[in-house]
Amino acid sequence: MSAPADSKPAEPVAEVVATPPAPRQFPWIKAAPWLYTIALFVIWEASVHLFALPQYVLPAPSVILGAIIQYWPTIWTNSVQTLYTTLVGFAMAVAGGLALGLLVGWSRFIYAGLYPLMIGFNAIPKVAVVPILVIWFGIGDVPAILTAFLIAFFPIVVNVATGLATIEPEMEDVLRALGAKKMDVMLKVGIPRSMPYFFGSLKIAITLAFVGSVISETIAANSGLGHMMLAAQSQFNVPLVFAGLIMLAIEGIAMYALMAWIEQRTTGWAHRSGMAQGN
Amino acid sequence: MTSHLVTIDNVDMRYGGPGGTLAVSGLTLHVDKGEFTAVVGPSGCGKSTLMKLVTGLHIPQVGAITVAGKEVTEPVSIVGMAFQNPTLLPWRTTLDNILLPLEIVQRHRRRLRANKAEYVEKAEHLLETVGLKGFGDKYPWQLSGGMQQRANLCRALIHEPDLLMLDEPFGALDAFTREELWCVIRDLHHETDVTIQLVTHDLREAVFLADRIFVMSARPGRIIDTHSVPFERPRDLEVMYTAEFTDLVHDLRGQIAQARTEQLEAAQ
Repeated sequence: MSAPADSKPAEPVAEVVATPPAPRQFPWIKAAPWLYTIALFVIWEASVHLFALPQYVLPAPSVILGAIIQYWPTIWTNSVQTLYTTLVGFAMAVAGGLALGLLVGWSRFIYAGLYPLMIGFNAIPKVAVVPILVIWFGIGDVPAILTAFLIAFFPIVVNVATGLATIEPEMEDVLRALGAKKMDVMLKVGIPRSMPYFFGSLKIAITLAFVGSVISETIAANSGLGHMMLAAQSQFNVPLVFAGLIMLAIEGIAMYALMAWIEQRTTGWAHRSGMAQGN
Repeated sequence: MTSHLVTIDNVDMRYGGPGGTLAVSGLTLHVDKGEFTAVVGPSGCGKSTLMKLVTGLHIPQVGAITVAGKEVTEPVSIVGMAFQNPTLLPWRTTLDNILLPLEIVQRHRRRLRANKAEYVEKAEHLLETVGLKGFGDKYPWQLSGGMQQRANLCRALIHEPDLLMLDEPFGALDAFTREELWCVIRDLHHETDVTIQLVTHDLREAVFLADRIFVMSARPGRIIDTHSVPFERPRDLEVMYTAEFTDLVHDLRGQIAQARTEQLEAAQ
């Protein structure tokens, strides 16, 4: 990924006698994620049969697949519900985190004042906030959305503020000597510079947003994967519990991949220039 | 009196309020229009402070600085700056990096949109001058260190500054690239009427490029000696291998070594 796009592999020297082209290698690296995933499920399936584990302890992947097919309408409704609360909370975290990050990175006074508060706030386990949210907003979508928002918010703020705070002093000198105002420095340098940090933080934030919404669903909700899993657990329907887990993993991976793709598309220059590695 | 582009008169600059570090004290010097001056001295002598004073990034507590007939009380936009770190923005092409100052300086930013082609042409011409013709659409990370520093010079020159301040711009380059860029700067100075002030640790660089060399004392910095460089222009790199050149470098070295020793003794 770090090789410049214009570097081509060296051309073979013309004098060399043409050798038959080497047989195409199997793309092991590209196939690795699939191979490892398949291996995990194969080992899982084999272990369950080998050790004769009862279904209520650890269902085999084939049983989970059966449960997914059997309960598909329920699973689908609840997956969409969880995805919806997660994405709404995530969108709020992006808007709020970006705004607060810019504010905190803008002024040393605001930074100094707000930073300890944010650290303290971030240290609170979000599961402890859910009961309060339920008192305020009742059982339903709102606590799940807000929990997702609260948990995903912090990494975005910190990353955006870091991008702004690490402007090279020489760069600022060059611009200020030309008569640039703080606003100019922010628009020309600070904000573009913080974008790789921002898009990088989205991958972390979306994963955390799922954690937030599912926590809230398991405590106080009438729908969503968290609620479904809790209900299935109370009926000892362990394959359905695991089906919920699998769906959460799929949603999480899909959203992570989407964020990684957005990051790559918007701030590819940061990977090329090495800035994303903190240079 | 009017021919001085920069006049620094008995300036004190202290960082961090009363009781803070006194960076320069009793600093007095003047630079004529079109002149090429260099500032050398032991490390930590306030050379970079001098740059920030002249560009108006710092305002001294004592004394006055006049640039182009006006006392400096805020950043002066007739100055271009280049540092050792090229600080090109990685999300802009080389050409857009060079055009950046035009988006800042008041008298250009109003005209930029309507006269883009004219400015782009000027930037292309500058790129050609420094030997980067055709590299305008490359990104900084596709350029070598020496090429980035060339682009940095273009960025410092695009708004046609009267004064070019260079803070060790060639410090991080290999010896041959450095010599090439010395020649680029020499030719730029020859072809335009820009006034250049170079802050450097490299004494050969100072002697090769400058008309006059200021030697600064250890902190708090002040000018302890001024050398006029006798070599005629245009100078060839060969001038560095003459006895006169070596003698002047040797003198400078002696003065700076002594300033360092005095500082160490004072510290004990």
